[in-house]
Amino acid sequence: MKLLELKDVTKRYGSLYALDKVSLSIDKGEWIAIMGPSGSGKSTMMNIISCMDRPTEGQVIFNGRDITKDSRKKLTEFHRDKIGLVFQQFHLINYLNAVENVMVAQYYHSMPDEKEALEALERVGLKDRAKHLPSQLSGGEQQRVCIARALINSPELILADEPTGNLDEANENIVLDLFRQLHKEGTSLIVVTHDPEVGEVAERVVRLEHGKIISDKKNNQFSE
Amino acid sequence: MNKKQRMFLRMVLASLLRRRSRMIVALLAIVVGATILSGLGLIYYDVPRQMSAQFRSYGANVILTPSDDSYMNSISIKNAVSVFPSDKLEGYTPYRYENSKLNNLPVTLAGTDFSSVLKTSPYWHISGDLPDGNGKTLVGKKLAEKFGLTVGDGFSMLNSFQITDNTDTSALPDYEIYTDPKTGEKFCDHTLDLKVSGILETGGSEEDYIYVTLDDLSDLMLSERGCDIVEVSVAAREDELKSYLDEINKRSDTLSAKPVKRVTASESTVLSKLESLVLIVTAVVLALTMICVATTMMAVIAERRREIGLRKALGALDSSIVIEFLSEGLVLGAAGGIIGSVLGYLFADAVSMNVFSSSITFRPLLIPVAIIASVTVTGLACLIPIRSAVDVDPALVLKGE
Repeated sequence: MKLLELKDVTKRYGSLYALDKVSLSIDKGEWIAIMGPSGSGKSTMMNIISCMDRPTEGQVIFNGRDITKDSRKKLTEFHRDKIGLVFQQFHLINYLNAVENVMVAQYYHSMPDEKEALEALERVGLKDRAKHLPSQLSGGEQQRVCIARALINSPELILADEPTGNLDEANENIVLDLFRQLHKEGTSLIVVTHDPEVGEVAERVVRLEHGKIISDKKNNQFSE
Repeated sequence: MNKKQRMFLRMVLASLLRRRSRMIVALLAIVVGATILSGLGLIYYDVPRQMSAQFRSYGANVILTPSDDSYMNSISIKNAVSVFPSDKLEGYTPYRYENSKLNNLPVTLAGTDFSSVLKTSPYWHISGDLPDGNGKTLVGKKLAEKFGLTVGDGFSMLNSFQITDNTDTSALPDYEIYTDPKTGEKFCDHTLDLKVSGILETGGSEEDYIYVTLDDLSDLMLSERGCDIVEVSVAAREDELKSYLDEINKRSDTLSAKPVKRVTASESTVLSKLESLVLIVTAVVLALTMICVATTMMAVIAERRREIGLRKALGALDSSIVIEFLSEGLVLGAAGGIIGSVLGYLFADAVSMNVFSSSITFRPLLIPVAIIASVTVTGLACLIPIRSAVDVDPALVLKGE
């Protein structure tokens, strides 16, 4: 069942094509890695999928509904309700502790609940660090808080931009294990990465170059 | 309070308390602004009172005179001065003037109440002492030089009455009546022995008088009568003073109250100029403070653009972000206003002690005014950078820019 569909999506900045008639279809529960060199259009695609940017041309269809022409407010509400974001640089609010950072996502979504936020932190193995400020957490721990924050509202899609880009190998494995677990539970994942190892563990790898999809392959481990 | 409101408070307080160094900088700017505002406000309102008190050293600013050819008695005087509020009435001094003779030369005697004379004529410079009772006198410097009188000297004042057919001689049992051989007119001489307590130096017409108590003057003149003039010192502005004088003139038909124009007019001119000066200084300082607070708040909010982008990426609507950041600013503004109004009072009091040597009057109303002004200025100062900050593209956060 299709979760997201990009139809001939083009994003132009002046005469520069960041995305050029890109079409992509993602099923529910699918784990996709988007790979490509710098300037290939990965971030632009992420922004369009996360409703933080609009295509110049083409359509973005989420759960069968064209959201391309939605108002800014409606798009904000849409991405708040449907999408969880994981950032390369974690982007935690530095004066809020771990559990409060998770609760911020609840606050903007519906109703903050500290118990649920603690459960989300427990899920990423950080319940005992709940009252620590970001400055008191390691990079890996901060990324796990970021993942807990992305999960807290049970989004239909998790978008992760270079989620392991700032992590050592041990922490990278922890994060990838979390993604595996989420995938197993049926959460859809789109991970933008440079890292081939991260790409390898995804179900499907889409490669971009000069704003165009040059390959779209299922990984062998997931192939029947 | 529901969970959402609790979380809102938690975020605002966490931002204020856990970002202490940043918040202290912002709070300091607001406190400085509120201190100057409330301090200058207190000075602005207290300057007229302080200056008015200072002006009292130039002497009485009101005179009461009989409305016809008669004199003013003590009851009408008391009724008149009762119009002035007791906290504004510095004092009043009655004067009765009579002609008399010293060493056969005519001099003017002024009968007065020495206990209140320095309240209405604080500029009097007295060598020696103010008379403390009957039989003692204060001699004007010019007369003292003319008659060679010094402190401690004794002299007699002479009063010659002409005896006419209408004179009740039974009131003069102990006095010898004599006839002027040239004119054939009958006279009776009466003397009053006085001792010089002090020599009065003012540089004005006061130096041409001999001052005695009202009782001594009545004794010498063998008659008790009311006063010719009453000097009143009132700590009030010209317009306020005018309303009191109008009231006295309306109430009394035996005396008339007039302002001493040279005092009240110059007082009013100086005060209005001083008030304008303080007002201009306050306005300029307030404008500078607003700019200072605004730039500080702009800097504080500008460095949080990434956080604003993140909040938007997490689904915050622009209105939520404006409310959250504005609330922080308003809490800071209120705290700054409270601290500033206390410090402002101390600042104004220090200025007042240095300039006027007296404490400033605390005005509780200025506390809410300072807080409201502080909250308004901070709110406006926050609103500008917040409005521009909410336009931040959350996609920039995703890019890590």
